Amino acid sequence: MTETNPVISARNLDLVFQTNDGPVQALKDVALDIEKGDFVSFIGPSGCGKTTFLRVIAALEHPTGGTVTVNGMTPDEARRQRAYGYVFQAAGLFPWRTIARNIKLPLEIMGFSRAEQDERVERVLKLVDLDGFGEKYPWQLSGGMQQRASIARALAFDADILLMDEPFGALDEIVRDHLNEQLLALWERTGKTICFVTHSIPEAVYLSTKIVVMSPRPGRITDVIESPLPKERPLDIRDTPEFLEIAHRVREGLRAGHAYDD
Amino acid sequence: MRNTWPVLVVLGAIAALWYLAVAPMNIRGALDQAERAGAVVAPETPKARQEVSVWRLMIDNPDHIAAGYSLDRPRLPTPVQVGEELWKSTVGMALRGRAMSKRSLIYHGWVTLQATLWGFLLGTAVGILGAVAIVHWRVMDMSLMPWAIISQTVPIVALAPMIIVVSAQIGIEGRAIPKAIISAYLCYFPVLVGMVKGLRAPTVSQIDLLKTYNASALQGFLKLRVPASLPYLFTSLKVGIAAALVGTIVGELPTGAISGLGARILIGDQFGTPLAIWAALVAAAILAGVLVTLLDLLQKITLKRMGFRQ
Ligand SMILES: Nc1ncnc2c1ncn2[C@@H]1O[C@H](COP(=O)(O)OP(=O)(O)OP(=O)(O)O)[C@@H](O)[C@H]1O
Ligand SMILES: [Mg+2]
Repeated sequence: MTETNPVISARNLDLVFQTNDGPVQALKDVALDIEKGDFVSFIGPSGCGKTTFLRVIAALEHPTGGTVTVNGMTPDEARRQRAYGYVFQAAGLFPWRTIARNIKLPLEIMGFSRAEQDERVERVLKLVDLDGFGEKYPWQLSGGMQQRASIARALAFDADILLMDEPFGALDEIVRDHLNEQLLALWERTGKTICFVTHSIPEAVYLSTKIVVMSPRPGRITDVIESPLPKERPLDIRDTPEFLEIAHRVREGLRAGHAYDD
Repeated sequence: MRNTWPVLVVLGAIAALWYLAVAPMNIRGALDQAERAGAVVAPETPKARQEVSVWRLMIDNPDHIAAGYSLDRPRLPTPVQVGEELWKSTVGMALRGRAMSKRSLIYHGWVTLQATLWGFLLGTAVGILGAVAIVHWRVMDMSLMPWAIISQTVPIVALAPMIIVVSAQIGIEGRAIPKAIISAYLCYFPVLVGMVKGLRAPTVSQIDLLKTYNASALQGFLKLRVPASLPYLFTSLKVGIAAALVGTIVGELPTGAISGLGARILIGDQFGTPLAIWAALVAAAILAGVLVTLLDLLQKITLKRMGFRQ
């Protein structure tokens, strides 16, 4: 390993799905280092392997070539140590559990004491601005609130790495802005390493310290942009020239990927 | 109360059809009775009347149609006659303190209910255990499921006497155990199928979620598969208990049984007392209705307490 000791490190990563229509190369020769405390966005057209890459990190898929390490271990070992919280694209709350009990689900599985469970539920509900909604059932909450509850669930057991797959994809612009602000504040407060998949260029630029641009068929990384924006980011930073310049570079990267494709 | 109207209309239509059907069904009996009483009917002898359609008989003897509605041994009794017989053999017997006599439907209903509940318990247990095995082990899916399906293609009326004979051969006394087995035989299948579906109801992303927590198979089963399967369980329990009742009654039909609603139906047939058959049939229907309604209530309460949206 290098002196920097990245939290997540991928080298020559290949992943081929065997399907009925023949092999599909979802990831090809992917190399990436993610440092502790990074906020990394993955952006790229549909089918370029963003979800697949996140799933490889979480040991939900296994690469067919190359290596990934998480905290210096294999993803499977890291999973056994409960290194990540995963926020799926759909909130995926269990309908038969209240919000509080949904958040307790990982805590029950990991064997936290009753008192500790209650205390943590209280804390993460506050973190995502949902205090007072613990006794509600998921269907009694709006889509945005459900999504925040699922983020709270991923935060509850204090994993150092947060993997988020288009968590705000289905929400309207205003709610999304609000949740983006909250997510940034949370990241700053907790110092977690966050991998975040999105289709929105402004969202990627606003949130990230590092933007990974991907292109499809086969899925690969075409550009990695280190953001020069400060950690402190009010929403109107999106009108500054620095912001627009990065957004422009991301757009160029996406376009280049497409040209290659045709 | 918007729902009561359609229910009442359907009930009324059934009763009306029933009453209409009584006339042609009972016209021969009515004419036989009138002939014995000395009235002139056309044609004059029962033998000659066999050659004529019931419609012809009704047209030629309009005065005797009404008598078909109050025969002692009607081929098709009216709803009121069935109701009276049912009342007499249940509440009537109970009022005379003979609820548990052999002539009381309460006694026979109790016998049937007991066997049904044992069969239901046994069938549900087998169904649930089978479903758990099928969902957890792929080999079970391939080796158990085909047999479960084949088991239901064997007609139960053919199987019931065999089960009774075999259980007598191996020294099991009485009818209670073979009846419960026949009942369970019909009951386990809907429970098995429903639970397999229910235990497989969790989505891939719900299962993936538990994987990211590094949950054990047992935790996944208890915290995800079991609660996700409950709505399916209740639906199949309702089908299952109705099937268990049918199984019990079929188990009471083969000759030799003397108690239970099924036996009443058979005895009524042998002794030509159609009112008894009909009363036993209606009693069985009421029993089924009560059992299914109770389960439905239990389902509503449980799912509501679990927070499922109603
Ligand atoms: N389980 C699977 N079996 C077969 N092929 C798969 C599987 N999962 C993904 N793929 C294929 O791998 C490729 C990458 O899929 P992936 O879901 O990672 O894309 P994505 O970048 O997340 O797209 P989107 O933005 O639409 O979510 C696609 O071509 C997809 O069809
Ligand atoms: Mg995706």
